[in-house]
Parts: sequence; C-alpha cells; structure tokens
Amino acid sequence: MVDILGVPMPVLMGQLLLGLINGAFYAVLSLGLALIFGLLNIINFAHGAFYMLGAFVAWLALQYLGIGYWPALIVAPLVVGVFGVIVERLLLKRLYELDHLYGLLLTFGLALVIEGTFRQLYGISGQPYQLPESLSGGINLGFMFLPKYRAWVIVASLVMCLATWLIIERTKLGALMRAATENPDLVRAFGVNVPLLVTLTYGFGVALAAFAGVLAAPIYSVNPIMGSHLIIVVFAVVVIGGMGSIMGAVVSGFMLGVFEGLTRVFWPEASSVVIFVIMAVVLMVKPAGLFGRTA
Amino acid sequence: MMGSVKMHKGLWLVLGLVALAVAPLVVYPVFLAKVLCFALFAAAFNLLLGYVGLLSFGHAAFFGFAAYCGAHVTKVWGFGPEVAILTGTAVGAGLGLVFGAIAIRRQGIYFAMVTLALAQMVYFVALQAPFTHGEDGIQGVPRRPLFGLIDIGSNIAIYYFVLAVFLIGVFIIYRTVHSPFGQILKSIRENEPRAISLGYDTDRYKLIAFVLSAGLSGLAGSTKVLVFQLASLTDVQWQMSGEVVLMTILGGMGTMLGPIVGAAVVVSMQNYLAQVGSMTTIVQGAIFVVCVLLFRRGIVGELAAFLRSRRKTPAEPESSYQQAGAAAPAPERPRGG
Repeated sequence: MVDILGVPMPVLMGQLLLGLINGAFYAVLSLGLALIFGLLNIINFAHGAFYMLGAFVAWLALQYLGIGYWPALIVAPLVVGVFGVIVERLLLKRLYELDHLYGLLLTFGLALVIEGTFRQLYGISGQPYQLPESLSGGINLGFMFLPKYRAWVIVASLVMCLATWLIIERTKLGALMRAATENPDLVRAFGVNVPLLVTLTYGFGVALAAFAGVLAAPIYSVNPIMGSHLIIVVFAVVVIGGMGSIMGAVVSGFMLGVFEGLTRVFWPEASSVVIFVIMAVVLMVKPAGLFGRTA
Repeated sequence: MMGSVKMHKGLWLVLGLVALAVAPLVVYPVFLAKVLCFALFAAAFNLLLGYVGLLSFGHAAFFGFAAYCGAHVTKVWGFGPEVAILTGTAVGAGLGLVFGAIAIRRQGIYFAMVTLALAQMVYFVALQAPFTHGEDGIQGVPRRPLFGLIDIGSNIAIYYFVLAVFLIGVFIIYRTVHSPFGQILKSIRENEPRAISLGYDTDRYKLIAFVLSAGLSGLAGSTKVLVFQLASLTDVQWQMSGEVVLMTILGGMGTMLGPIVGAAVVVSMQNYLAQVGSMTTIVQGAIFVVCVLLFRRGIVGELAAFLRSRRKTPAEPESSYQQAGAAAPAPERPRGG
C-alpha cells in the first residue's frame, strides 16, 4: 500500500473525491448567488432552502408520481425556478429601491418559512433517495475505488458551470445580462426589458440551486435542514472568492471543497472550520476576495 | 413645551419601572427573566443595527459563547454569579473585537455574511470543545449567592437580579446613544463618507460600537445561563442570530424601546407555539417577510410615527430617513436639550 505523508493512498483519494463533490456543490451554489447578486444586488439567503427544495421535489416526484432521477434532474429545477420567479415578482421586486440589507432579511425569512414547513411535514430525519440504476456501482481505478455516481456529480456540475459561463460570456442574452449588471438604466434606455431579465436571472439562479439539490439527493438523505448548513459555508466561499466573476465563484468553490477534504485527512477536528479560517485570513490580506474587484 | 415632554417621559419611566417591579406577582418570573435577557440582547444588537447601521448576522456567537463561559466559571470553578456575568461580558467583548476587526473590512451585505460565517466557526468550536460538552451543553449550573451574601436561588430572586442587570445594560446603551460618541455613530449610519470627510476615523468608531454591542450581548447570554441553569448549542446556533435580528426589526430598530418590545413579543410567541413542532420557525419567517415588506419601522417606530402625525407638532420634523421610509428608521433625538 502506498502512503503519502503517512496517510494510505485510498483514504487520501477518498477524501479528495469527497472534497471535490462538496466543492461541486459550493461551486454551483455560489455561481447562482453571484448571478443573482450581480443583477439584483440581493444576497439570496433562501438559496440553501431552494437547494433543499430541489432535492425534495425530486423525492416527491419519485414517491408520488413515479418520476425517476433523470427527468427529475430537469423537472425539479424547472419547478423550483418557477417558484423563484413568483417569489421575485411578488416579494423581492418591492425592495429594489431600498437598502440591500432588506433583501437579505426578506430571503432569510423566506428560508425560515420554507425550511419550517418541510420540517413540519417531513420531520428532520431525512428521506433516502435511491441511486439511479445506471449510476450505481463503481470503477476500480487501481489506486482507488471510484463510485460512478460521485464521478457523475462532479462531471455534471462542471458541465453546468461551463454552460452557465458560456451563456453569460458568449451569447446575446448573456451580453445583455452583463450590461444590465453594469448599468441597468442605460440598458433599459436601449429598449431592453430589464425587469424581465432580472426575474429570469433570479429564476435561473434558483434553478441552479435546485439542480445541485437533485444531484445531492442520492448522496445525502433528502432532509429539510440540508440547505441551511450548506448556505453558510457557501457564503464564506463567496466572500473568499469575491463576487466579481463567474469563474471566480466556480474555481474557489472547487478549490475550497478540496481544501476541506484534505483537512479532513490531516486534521479532522479542524475540517468544519477550515473554510471560515481561510475566509478570515483572506479578509485580512485581500478584503475584496481572491477574484473580486474592490467595490 | 419641551419641559412637559420631559416630564411625560419621566412619568412613563417611573410607571414602566413600577410595572417591571410588580410584574412577577402576576406573570411567571422565569418567563419574565427570559424576556428581559433577550430584551437586553436585542437592545445590544440594536446599538449596532439601529444606530450604526451595521447588520451583524453573528450575534449568537457572543451570546452563546459567553453563556458557556459564564456557566463554566460558576459551575466548575465555583465563582459567584457576579464573576460569571463579568466573564461573559469580557468573553463577548473579546470575541467582538476579533469579529469586528475582521468584518469591518467589508461593507453592507458582505459584513452580514462575514459575521455569519465567523459565528458558525464559533458554533463548531462550541460543538467540539471539551468544556462545552457537545450536544448535552453545560447543565445544572448552580445559582450561587450574589457576592457570596445574597441568595438568588428562588425564581423571584433571580428575576430581580436579571432586572438589575437589564436596567444597567439598557442604561449603558442609553448613555452611549445619547452621547457625542453616539452622535458620531449616527452620522456614520446616515452618511459614512461625510463622517470620514469630517475627520472621523469611522472604522474605529464602528469597531468600538461592535465591541460594546458584543460585550452587552455576552452579558445577556451569561445572565440567561443563571436563569435557566443551562448553556446549550441553541444559544450559539445561527437561528439565534436570526432571532435577535427579528426581535429588533419587529420592535423597531433605532428606537430605545423597540428591541425590548420585540423581544417580549417574540419570546411570548415562542412560548405559545413551542408545542406545535416547527410552527415557531414558520411564523418567525413569516413575520420577517411581513416586517420587511410592510412595516419596516417596527411596532414602536410605527406607533411613534402615528402619534407624531396625530399630534402634528411642527417642532418635531421627521428625519430624512423616515420620509424615505428606507434604510434605518428615525433616530431617537435627544429632546429638551
């Protein structure tokens, strides 16, 4: 058996893989947060709740409608995305003229309502979600055993992040979004329906969170509180990466996931706080974040 | 005219004190003591949100960690309650200094996110550190005699002890807000660049306010331990940070009475809804949404605005903030000066 710094290779690789998976969730969630923040100037505290909602919609669809994993991967983000659009139109829209903090407070309240409702209905024990048939089992890579589903999670999130990046950087719609982020009034003056753009962006960001939720469902149990713990870590990731760029959000998401995984190998007790410590250090050295522009 | 306003205020103050003094004859004293602890916590939080305009989402760390330290000092080391609450205050202020030094580097929503993340770190420390006993918390914290002389074992006695602590805490906040230092804090809230251009080192003022607020939160947390004889993870969880924000906003931020009223409402509501599973969370979330959408000035703020519009005294112009109905509400202007 090969040891690296006194740690058996499979253990190290296993934790690295776990770190990559957590990093994938961090990346997809902070990507959505960054998109929403760019256009709405709102920190979406309900992001974790929407992530949980995505997992729950997938679970409910399987339970009551017999909709399997693959359709759920599309259906759940759509359903949650539409819910997000309604939230934006009914609630958030009223706050744009006010201090940004009100958006944070409103979405915080919303997160409490969503989480509380699901806790009331389903308890906190969590519901198991069956792995899809085609992705059960794994591949022996020689130095480690790679479960197929975990590889899929990483690939799927990478593809999702890349697709989002392409939409924003390479399409007309993306160009409008970037322009509206820079100067909404000017874009409006050109006859672009900016409020619609804002609504769609919120819906899309929320749908991304739900997508991550469906990906997470077979790994973790589907649980009403699965989002609230994650969202705080994602906030730290966002602070570390800075919200200036899409790539920044994705790269720092994966990077910090791996870092957390490595910490779990070498100093397990510190693994739950390592990201927060990194955040504190980054703030001391470069307050705008690693990829951020100074506001 | 101003003299009569002042007299009215004095009258109300006396009435309030009398009500607080006789309240335990009517209402269960432990419940009242709980309300007072949270009222002090919310008032300390309001010092920051209402008067400096900083939204901290990590105040549970000061409240909860101070609770653990206070409990440890009195249970394991055998010190009296006065040492316990002073330790709690010091621990809160110390943590506040660290949090403040890091968080003040970012503004607005980032400030909220950074404090939240730092508080989560404290939560994990509380979860894993040996002296906090993880999920069990520190149980059976004794109510030792105050200064080694005065017995505060009974529920009535502990209520008056908490009342004294509460009054001292609120007095400190009142003096801070109505001092030249407090004026500078308010000027930072209204327009930070202008305060800077006037030569104030605003970061330093913000940090001092943060430490003060954290220290008083620690005082509230360690006092709560003596009431319930328990320090647990509930006190350091992020939900607690959310609750104190809720109390302050519901009651009315930027007013002296607001956080106290808000704490009373939220604690009573929790008492009634405690049996119905997660109802508390749902209702709290809903109140948040309603407050933010419909009445951002909170109960006390709206009442004050209503009374002002009834009285229609031109001598009291509304602040620009209130007319905009945005950001922070009207400051309590010092009267009669």
